[in-house]
Amino acid sequence: METTSIGHHISQQFNVELEEIRNRVLSMGGKVEEQLANAVTAMLEGDTAQAGQVVQNDYQVNAMEVMIDEECSRILARRQPAAFDLRLIVAIIKTITDLERIGDQAERIARMATELAECSGSGGSNQCLELEHLAQHVKHMLHSSLDAFARMDPEAAVEVARLDDRIDKEYESMMRQLITFMMEDPRTITRTLHLMWAARALERIGDHAKNICEYVIYMVKGKDVRHTSIEQMEAEARGEG
Amino acid sequence: MTEAAQTMNEETPMTHGLDLGALQRERRTLNLQDETIALEVNNLDLYYGEKQALMGINMQIPQKRVTAYIGPSGCGKSTLLRCFNRMNDLIDGVHIDGNITLDGENIYSPAANVADLRRRIGMVFQKPNPFPKSIYENVAYGLRIQGIKNRRVIDEVVEKALRGAALWDEVKDRLHDNALGLSGGQQQRLVIARAIAIEPEVLLLDEPASALDPISTLKIEELIYELKDKYTIVIVTHNMQQAARVSDYTAFMLMGKLVEFGDTDTLFTNPKMKETEDYITGRYG
Repeated sequence: METTSIGHHISQQFNVELEEIRNRVLSMGGKVEEQLANAVTAMLEGDTAQAGQVVQNDYQVNAMEVMIDEECSRILARRQPAAFDLRLIVAIIKTITDLERIGDQAERIARMATELAECSGSGGSNQCLELEHLAQHVKHMLHSSLDAFARMDPEAAVEVARLDDRIDKEYESMMRQLITFMMEDPRTITRTLHLMWAARALERIGDHAKNICEYVIYMVKGKDVRHTSIEQMEAEARGEG
Repeated sequence: MTEAAQTMNEETPMTHGLDLGALQRERRTLNLQDETIALEVNNLDLYYGEKQALMGINMQIPQKRVTAYIGPSGCGKSTLLRCFNRMNDLIDGVHIDGNITLDGENIYSPAANVADLRRRIGMVFQKPNPFPKSIYENVAYGLRIQGIKNRRVIDEVVEKALRGAALWDEVKDRLHDNALGLSGGQQQRLVIARAIAIEPEVLLLDEPASALDPISTLKIEELIYELKDKYTIVIVTHNMQQAARVSDYTAFMLMGKLVEFGDTDTLFTNPKMKETEDYITGRYG
C-alpha cells in the first residue's frame, strides 16, 4: 500500500477519531521524551529536586497509556477497522506499551540520580561524561523513532533502528570502563553501580525505541519485522506493497 | 490436503537460529496453489444487452472452502454468482463470452445439461423462499422431482438435511406445519436444508443473511462453517465483516472487474490493491 493517510474515510467521524488517537500517542511520546531529558539532566547535574519531579510525574505517562488503550478498544469494538486502519490501531497499542516502559526507565534513571547525589558529595566526574554521551544518543534515537511514527515513514524507521546497534556498543564499552574503575578503587563501587544501572536503563530505552520503529514498518507495509536482521528490515521497508 | 494448505508462508522471517517450525505449522495461511479447484472461470465477459456487466473475469474457486465476493452494489458479484449455475440464462438479452468449468467440464458447452448442473450447484437467495407447503415437503421436494418415492429414504434424507442445516431440533415436532410459519432465520435455514437435501457439490449463497437479525445471521454463519467440510461454498455479501468472519478466500470486485482475490486473512489485513484497501477501510478513492 502506498497511500497511507489517516483521512479520506467516508465517515468523517472516523477520520477525527483516528487523528485524535494518533495525536495522543504523539503527545504521550513528547511527555516521555521530556521525562527522559529531565532525568538525564538531574543525573548529570546532581539535581535531586528535578529527579524527584521525574519520579512524581511518571503517573502521567501511565495514565496516558491507560487512556489510549481504552480508546483503541473502543475503536476496535465500534469501527471494526481493517487493513491500514487495523494495523494503525495494533501498532498504537504496542507503541504505547513501549512508551510506558521508556517512562519507567526514565523514572529509574531519576532514582539513580538521587542515589548518586546522596552517596557522592565529591561532585561531577569523568564517568558522567561517558553517560552524557550515551544519553545524547538515546535521546536522539527516541526522538527520531517518534518522528518516524508521526510521519509514518518506514525508511526513516530503519535508519533509526540502525542506531540501536551503536548504542549497544557504547553501552558495552562503558560497562568495561566502569568495571575497571571498580577494580582500581573499590570505594567507588556503590557509586559506579548506580551509574551502571542508569546506563542499563538508557540501553533499554534504545531497545524500546527500536521496537517502535518496527511497529512503524508493520503499520505502513504490513510486514512483521520483529526478530529479523536489520537487512531484512530494510528490504521490507523499501519493498513495494 | 488440509495439511499442505496450512504449510508456512515462504516469506517467514529469518530468526536468530530459533526453530519456528512448529509455530509456523500452526499458522493457517491458506494458499490457492495447494487447493483442489472446483470451479474455474476463464475470460468471462457478460453483457446485459449493450451494457457489459462482467469484464474478463479469471479465477479459481477451491473445493470445500468458503469463497466470498465483496464489492459495492452493481459491481457484478451477484451476476457472477448467477453464472455458476446458469441462472442468467433466464434473463433476456444476456450474452456471455468465455467459460466456466466445474471439475474440468465446461458448464456453458452446448452439451451441458442445465437441470443436472443446477442439481450439482445449489443456490440460496437473499430472501428466504420456502414453498407454501409443509416443512417436510419443502425439503423432500428435490427428491420427489427426481422420482424418489420410497418413504423411508425420503424420511431419512429430510432428517439428515434438516440436521445439516441446524434446524432439526427446532422443527422435529412440527414437520408437517406450514413452512411459512417459521421465522425468517428458520426459513433461510430451511431453504439451505432444501438445497443440501439433493447433495449438491457447490452451494451458492446470495446475501443469505442480509434479511436476518444478528442472532439468526450468526446461526447462518455457523452453519456455513459446518457445511464447508462437505460442500464448496460461494457467498456474496454486502457485509464485509461477515465475509471476514466466514470465508477462507475473498474476492473483491469493482465495476465488473475482479480487482483482488486471495486468502481472507491477507485481504483484510494487508490488501495489495489500493482499490481494495479503500473499500474495506471505508475510504473514497
